Amino acid sequence: MLRIRNLESGYGRLKVLKKVTMHIGAGEIVTIIGANGAGKTTLLRTVSGLIPARSGEILFDTKEIGTLPPEKIVFLGCSLVPEGRQLFAPMTVKENILLGAYPQYRKRHGDQVRDDLERVYGLFPRLRERERQLAGTLSGGEQQMLAIARALMARPRLIMMDEPSMGLAPLVIKDIFSIVTRLREEGSTVLLVEQNAKAALGIADRGYVLETGRIIMQGTAEDLLSNREVQRAYLGRDLDAEGTM
Amino acid sequence: MYWERDKECMDREELEQLQLERLQSTLNRVYSHVPFYRKKFDAMGITPEDVGSLSDLARLPFTTKADLRDNYPYGLFAVPMREVVRIHASSGTTGAVTVVGYTRNDIRTWSNLVARILTAGGVTKEDVVQIAFGYGLFTGAFGLHYGAERIGASVIPASSGNTERQIQIMKDFKTTALVSTPSYALQVAETMQEIGIPVSALSLRYGLFGAEPWSDAMRQEIEGRLGIVATDNYGLSEVIGPGVSGECRERRGLHINEDHFLVEVIDPGNLHPVPPGETGELVITALTKEAFPMIRYRTRDLTCLMPGPCPCGRTGRRMSRVTGRTDDMLIIKGVNVFPSQIEHVLFEIEGTEPHYQIVIDRKGAMDEVTVRVEAGESIFFDQMRRQREMVDTIRKRLAHELGISVDVKLVEKKTLGRSEGKAKRVIDNRKL
Repeated sequence: MLRIRNLESGYGRLKVLKKVTMHIGAGEIVTIIGANGAGKTTLLRTVSGLIPARSGEILFDTKEIGTLPPEKIVFLGCSLVPEGRQLFAPMTVKENILLGAYPQYRKRHGDQVRDDLERVYGLFPRLRERERQLAGTLSGGEQQMLAIARALMARPRLIMMDEPSMGLAPLVIKDIFSIVTRLREEGSTVLLVEQNAKAALGIADRGYVLETGRIIMQGTAEDLLSNREVQRAYLGRDLDAEGTM
Repeated sequence: MYWERDKECMDREELEQLQLERLQSTLNRVYSHVPFYRKKFDAMGITPEDVGSLSDLARLPFTTKADLRDNYPYGLFAVPMREVVRIHASSGTTGAVTVVGYTRNDIRTWSNLVARILTAGGVTKEDVVQIAFGYGLFTGAFGLHYGAERIGASVIPASSGNTERQIQIMKDFKTTALVSTPSYALQVAETMQEIGIPVSALSLRYGLFGAEPWSDAMRQEIEGRLGIVATDNYGLSEVIGPGVSGECRERRGLHINEDHFLVEVIDPGNLHPVPPGETGELVITALTKEAFPMIRYRTRDLTCLMPGPCPCGRTGRRMSRVTGRTDDMLIIKGVNVFPSQIEHVLFEIEGTEPHYQIVIDRKGAMDEVTVRVEAGESIFFDQMRRQREMVDTIRKRLAHELGISVDVKLVEKKTLGRSEGKAKRVIDNRKL
């Protein structure tokens, strides 16, 4: 569904991504794990069109999207749930969700919006309960749900999520991740960027390990979970300490 | 029958994407983890970032057996030893072995790749698989063992040797698949004839043979005498062991597991790729090894890539059966032997001249080796006892060095041909 080859991008004179090559097949959950500053967010921002690709190719289905503006990429069916939710705090929950339906209105599919709204309320009953509440008054977990709901309103085939677990309590993280799994069951494809590598690999089919802008490892989630380098660097297991116990 | 249909029948474009991803991440890893590769890349002024396509592979340096020896034992490992769960070694010239390592993931990958090859050869979980390769430092026995277990077959780790006992096991345990060298399969057939056990007493259906070159004529003979379907498989410890490629039931070339190995065929002289379909030296890059990645390994094996798709549906390109070597390595009874190993032993024994000849014959199914050595001035041919002692010494030292028994004959000085400056050291009378 998404195929990236030799992608390079960055900010100003700083080159962040160095020849990144990866792909996501339809119906997959793929995760990108890596430390702070490895380039994970830059990668999602580049694919979303928020920052331009310097070189390389990004094919969505068979269409090159590396030079398209963000709204066109959303129209094609590729949506981002950005890091830190990026909600409109003074607007209500429902208003935030409906903003996500903008591409549907543009495509003159406005009559479908009511159904879509029902669908996301089905996924997130809590949001229905709070539809008139201001987004800024929601808890962290609810805000994350709202950000996902807003992205779903564009009916994306590929959903990219940037650190959805950030700042959330473990129980809430579990909720959010079960929603990711459910989205896939309903036919979506998910690209998940996470620092919480263990949780992400727990639900992903495959993963890539990004280190200083380069992919240093790739494989099935099972392979990465049992790779000792990944365990040491990203899963928080202190193998030396275990050895002496 | 496929083991991993989605991988084995992958669309070429999808496969090439996967290969590029794996190549780039492997290069990033070896560049940062293995000083040997970093130095080689730096010397050529190349970094992993210069590789943006599969064809850029040609810009990378080759790795040779000598590099493995120079970095003996662990210099090419890309992970700390505590992550290595298995060590294997392979024979080399003049006694220098080369060492390879596996992480837990590597062992799992290996098992899966061999499982593909066994499945392609007809083996299923219903089969009883007898492994008649020697268990030890060599990769053959363990690789096939894991692959067969992975499938769920019943594995008999019979190891090599004691043919009558092997046949007894085959008969009593109702072995359905034999894993060995092709020449050993013929040895089994011959021994059965000698001791009067008919093929009908066995349950054998499949034979998976490797570790030495063999011909279609030999295949027909094995199949006829043992009543089995025989397939060829190929691998070498430097890149993983068995599991690199194997024949499907079409038996027209060996499907390469291309999602794990990038292959090139080069002219061993000028090191350029040969035109498609022509024979040359096989060069392999391992794309998924964690402990022991391998970039552009020159296998010294001669083969060619076969054009066109295979009716079996696998999309992995096929290589022809290995037809020979680019160096002087001999494969005798499935064991790698270099003439230089023999030379090395002779040099160390007083009273012999460094003139020798290796004669290999195939008696029935088994290889027989005779080393003819010129005796020096100090050995007079009327001193029978001293002669016998010397022959004994040479034989023991050679058996120790090579791991196989050989015959030794002393000949008079200057009786071995040395015309045109270069003696013909090896006379191989085997007809494959």
